[in-house]
Amino acid sequence: MSTLEIRDLHVSVDTEDGPKEILKGVTLTIRAGETHAIMGPNGSGKSTLAYSVAGHPKYQITSGTVTLDGQDVLAMSVDERARAGLFLAMQYPVEVPGVSVSNFLRTAKTAVSGEAPKLRTWIKDVNTAMDRVKMERSFAQRNVNEGFSGGEKKRHEIVQLELIDPAIAVLDETDSGLDIDALRIVSAGVNRFKENGDKGVLLITHYTRILRYIVPDFVHVFVDGRIAEEGGSELAEKLEAEGYAAYVDAPAGAQA
Amino acid sequence: MILYVTVTETPNVAGAVETADVASHLHPVGSFDVAAHPIPSGREEIWRFTPLKRLRALHGDAVLQPGSALFRWNTPEGVRAEIVDGAEAREVRGVSGLVPNTRYAARVLAEAPTTLLVDVPADVEVGEPILVDLTGRDATTAEAVDVVLRFGRHSRAVVVLNHTGSATMAQVVEVSVDDGAEVSVVSLQDWADDAVHLSHVEAAVGRDASYKHVAISFGGDVVRMDSNVHYRGPGGSAELFGLYFADAGQHLEHRLFVDHNEPRTRSNVVYKGALQGDGAHTVWVGNVLIRKAAEGIETYEQNRNLVLTDGCRADSVPNLEIETGEIEGAGHASTTGRFDDEQLFYLQSRGVPEDEARRLVVHGFFNDIVRKIGVPALEERLMAAVESELAKNVTAEVVR
Repeated sequence: MSTLEIRDLHVSVDTEDGPKEILKGVTLTIRAGETHAIMGPNGSGKSTLAYSVAGHPKYQITSGTVTLDGQDVLAMSVDERARAGLFLAMQYPVEVPGVSVSNFLRTAKTAVSGEAPKLRTWIKDVNTAMDRVKMERSFAQRNVNEGFSGGEKKRHEIVQLELIDPAIAVLDETDSGLDIDALRIVSAGVNRFKENGDKGVLLITHYTRILRYIVPDFVHVFVDGRIAEEGGSELAEKLEAEGYAAYVDAPAGAQA
Repeated sequence: MILYVTVTETPNVAGAVETADVASHLHPVGSFDVAAHPIPSGREEIWRFTPLKRLRALHGDAVLQPGSALFRWNTPEGVRAEIVDGAEAREVRGVSGLVPNTRYAARVLAEAPTTLLVDVPADVEVGEPILVDLTGRDATTAEAVDVVLRFGRHSRAVVVLNHTGSATMAQVVEVSVDDGAEVSVVSLQDWADDAVHLSHVEAAVGRDASYKHVAISFGGDVVRMDSNVHYRGPGGSAELFGLYFADAGQHLEHRLFVDHNEPRTRSNVVYKGALQGDGAHTVWVGNVLIRKAAEGIETYEQNRNLVLTDGCRADSVPNLEIETGEIEGAGHASTTGRFDDEQLFYLQSRGVPEDEARRLVVHGFFNDIVRKIGVPALEERLMAAVESELAKNVTAEVVR
């Protein structure tokens, strides 16, 4: 039973004009068994939240805390966070030339679980995970994400999610760029992950359509580096009908 | 710092003047006469990257003395490998059509007392690699080493020249690949830190023959290898591969020249290198000449460098000279880049510790070239060599 707690998180990035604050005090608690959706317009800082929690070096934490079951996540290196149980499915998964998917998956699984997986069951597990997202098994011999289509990269992220089986999964716009079939396949993968045990899911999305397949327990509307409104899944329906205009056009003071 | 040059379209050079002997800047006139080659000053195009002061006069008038390097080799069935001298040595020298374009190569042909001759007769298919160890035992004396590799018609063989130890060596390797033969020559420069090695490899590729040359350079203070190819008939194919890893203070230079002098010939050049540590310097110069007669040829050359730390320098110069537009394709690419932080982040975000992630990325960088070598016994050794290079300072003073 894991809990990810984000408290008053402030994050900046370096720009040519000096540091620019992107997150301006985010507080959020994700408990095992809960699915949280973060929605918001482009540039509101949704992805920054995801990458900051994962530990991308580009983002500087200026104040606030992130803990996983009381452990200080911000003091951990990127790989330590992953081994502690955090997983980030990326919007733009990175190509790693010369490293096969098969080698990559085995290396990652070994690192996270602390021991090499048993060969026979492992191959079966990989094949099952790939079959489930309708990814050709031959992809295991290809280089990581190299030459993959956008949809294939996202399916590969879901394969990793299933195999690594973290406590908390952060999905950064996993739905973007997917056609409806791929969206169904990817969503089914996330739902399987959820059903697999007491898992926390933080689903970051610009669009509401993925929420038809993955039903959130909580919806947070992200505007200008803060959570502007929170509610249940009914909030997503409201956003679907009305869009973000009400939040974006409102004067900044009105939300405070 | 990314440099990327590519030429993919078929260039139209219809106006090229047809002459019997093309005055190409890629192909300076050679001579067997040592006196015809002045001692390089460092300003010459072919010497401008090489640190002459560190060559112990090997490019000039160093006294060449035999005997410091130890030669050992195996002789698989059907192969003749031996040291020859006198008239026989004189007879086999020049078998590749080499006319030296450097003083050191002219001196090797004129002064080396013996020649290591490997002969694979026509139609012989050699089942195992022919391994030749050249072990240097003294870097304080300079030595001329001459090697001739002759492959008869339709023969198949792999030769591995393994350079280790301490040496100051000027070397000529001539490779004659007769019609229809299929040949690989792998040259491993796994020298001790004090070695200086100048090597000219000249290959003549017969009609419909395949020639693969692999240059692998890890060790040595200064290593410069010129890997040249020309063709003896149409339909020949040359693959020139290279893998190098330069540490602090090392100078590793690879030059190649593919002379497409016959029609429907092919060449494919891939060199990959990594650099780490202060003063690590690599040079790659890829010269490809497509002569007027060379219609229907296809050539591609690429060089990729991975810069692992500050203080390194990678020079990468592709040259393509085209005298006929009637070709299948010609292109080149060169990239020099730093460690990709996004790749590291991706791997680390899957739980892989940073130093292991770096190893994985560098292995991946070299992986395709190692696979292309086609000598399974070497692949493991090479990956182990990459591993030990990385272990030197992969976790220290790394560029972020």
